[in-house]
Amino acid sequence: MDSVAQRLSAVGAGAALELRGVTRLFGALAALTDVTITVRPGERRAVLGSNGAGKTTLFNCITGDFPPSSGTIRFFGEDVTHFPPYERIRRGLRRTYQISALFPGLTVQDNVYLACRGVSRGRFSFLRPGQNDALMHAADNLVQAVHLSAVKDQRVAELAHGQQRQLEIALALAGAPRFVLFDEPAAGLSPTERAELIEILTSLPAHIGYIIIEHDMDVALRVVESVTMMHNGRIFKEGLPQEIQSDPEVQELYLGGGHE
Amino acid sequence: MSLAHDAPVTVGRATKTQRPARTWPEINNPAAWAVAAILLIMPLIASSFFLIEIFATTLILGTMALSLMFLAGYGGMVSLMQLTIAGFSAYMVAVFGVSGNANISLGWPWWLAVPMALALATAFGTLGGALAVRTEGIYTIMITLAIGAAFYYFTNQNWAIFNGHTGINNVATPRFWGVNWRADIPFYYVVLAVAALCYFAVEYVSRAPFGLALQGVRDNPRRMAALGFNVNAHRVAAYAFASFVAALAGVLQVWNYRQISPGSVSVGACIDVLIIAVVGGITRPIGPYIGALIFVLLRTFALDFLVRLGLDGNRFRLLIGLGFLAIVFWSSDGVIGLWQRWRQHQRREVGRASGGGRHG
Repeated sequence: MDSVAQRLSAVGAGAALELRGVTRLFGALAALTDVTITVRPGERRAVLGSNGAGKTTLFNCITGDFPPSSGTIRFFGEDVTHFPPYERIRRGLRRTYQISALFPGLTVQDNVYLACRGVSRGRFSFLRPGQNDALMHAADNLVQAVHLSAVKDQRVAELAHGQQRQLEIALALAGAPRFVLFDEPAAGLSPTERAELIEILTSLPAHIGYIIIEHDMDVALRVVESVTMMHNGRIFKEGLPQEIQSDPEVQELYLGGGHE
Repeated sequence: MSLAHDAPVTVGRATKTQRPARTWPEINNPAAWAVAAILLIMPLIASSFFLIEIFATTLILGTMALSLMFLAGYGGMVSLMQLTIAGFSAYMVAVFGVSGNANISLGWPWWLAVPMALALATAFGTLGGALAVRTEGIYTIMITLAIGAAFYYFTNQNWAIFNGHTGINNVATPRFWGVNWRADIPFYYVVLAVAALCYFAVEYVSRAPFGLALQGVRDNPRRMAALGFNVNAHRVAAYAFASFVAALAGVLQVWNYRQISPGSVSVGACIDVLIIAVVGGITRPIGPYIGALIFVLLRTFALDFLVRLGLDGNRFRLLIGLGFLAIVFWSSDGVIGLWQRWRQHQRREVGRASGGGRHG
């Protein structure tokens, strides 16, 4: 028995993210049923599926926004199933939201600064950051990386939708992320903005893995190396992007058959 | 290890100079300097009635409302127990210090009784906050109002410590360095100093990581958790800070009236603090002081005004209520909001006039 448990935990230790039998119930409704996924460090994966397939619930379970009803979640080998969200974030997990979850009353710079502060010490500091504050520089650089320097002193409520989506990504990349969950980052973006998004995703350092939920196949399949297909709260298929794209069952279910 | 080092578009330190200095915004504001100067020379221009009954009282009430403004404006938590915390602090000064009720007061010197009162009141407010942060919105209002009401009835009925409905009278005020600090002019400066300290502390903290994070919690608590913040711990810490501010105001309050009784911590008084903060405006720390000035002026002079109109002078609350309704109706951000809108309007007018001149 002991050796089995040891071997199981050894398997978990090598993975960035390991879900075993994760189920999430909302009353009688099972939003997720027995989901088991293993993602390597640095791996980039798309989660596809129609509305209601359980993709966002999967993210919510991984980050702890909603704890799973049963099953275990390991993050870099550590069992985080019962951790509050902030403990998972401090360990290098990050996420973005499908509907931008920003701080509309604060400036762009302050939004990103908060993200940097959240994963470092001094969250309760009563001292204003000085001119040479390291986190302020980190925030400046992040703002620049997502092309928002021109609007960094504007309140987020005044930003255009595309800019808010970019800020959404910047918040998830603060500090030293090890694994990021992107929830439909391209939703509502113009073609130009999509190109910028793809550039941001593909230029992430190689050690940062991610899972991306994306309806736009052009975006999704250009930035991932593997695909998980979900249907009705279950894992339906896993494989390489080409395999999934050419799979007749998947085409029937999701791509509407006639997709080329 | 941060992304920025590997990001393709990083330009490094070039951004350093573009950042606006996070210093005191008020330093560049001539109106703020004028107000500060007037407040400092007030004893030269105001009679002792105005000095204490109007301005010192305004500053004390304003500081209580400031503690609510900090919680509501930055944290999105409407706490109706801020006056209760101030009142608890006032009671503790009377209980631990020297008063006319020798069988209750322990007779400690003020420099021991005051820190004790501040510590206990801060602990009281923090505990209340720890209860309140488990709720949101209207439930926060209800639970803090319940704490306020419970304290009011408790002080009414408890004779061993709070001396029931008579309260504690003849509370001693500090005298040292040969100065009677409750004499009108020294007391005014003590109140002014404490109010200024609280005002600037709130202003300063609002731009410090703690205050920014609190505003993040106000805007989107779920996202704050997803950025690594322990949202509830942050909220409780905000209650602790606000409680300390309220407790300071409570010490001034008991020194001002030299007595404390349940009437000072009634439910009506709790709601007055909310009215003061809302009338003044809860988005900026100056709001509560403006609200307190309006409240104190109305409370003091509305009676005469109403009598002159041939109405019952006791209906001064009617005026306060109507003023409250009018301000909330026309500006969700109190008097500050009205002022800001007027300023914007003026600027637009000026812009239109000068623009028209140039083109015409």
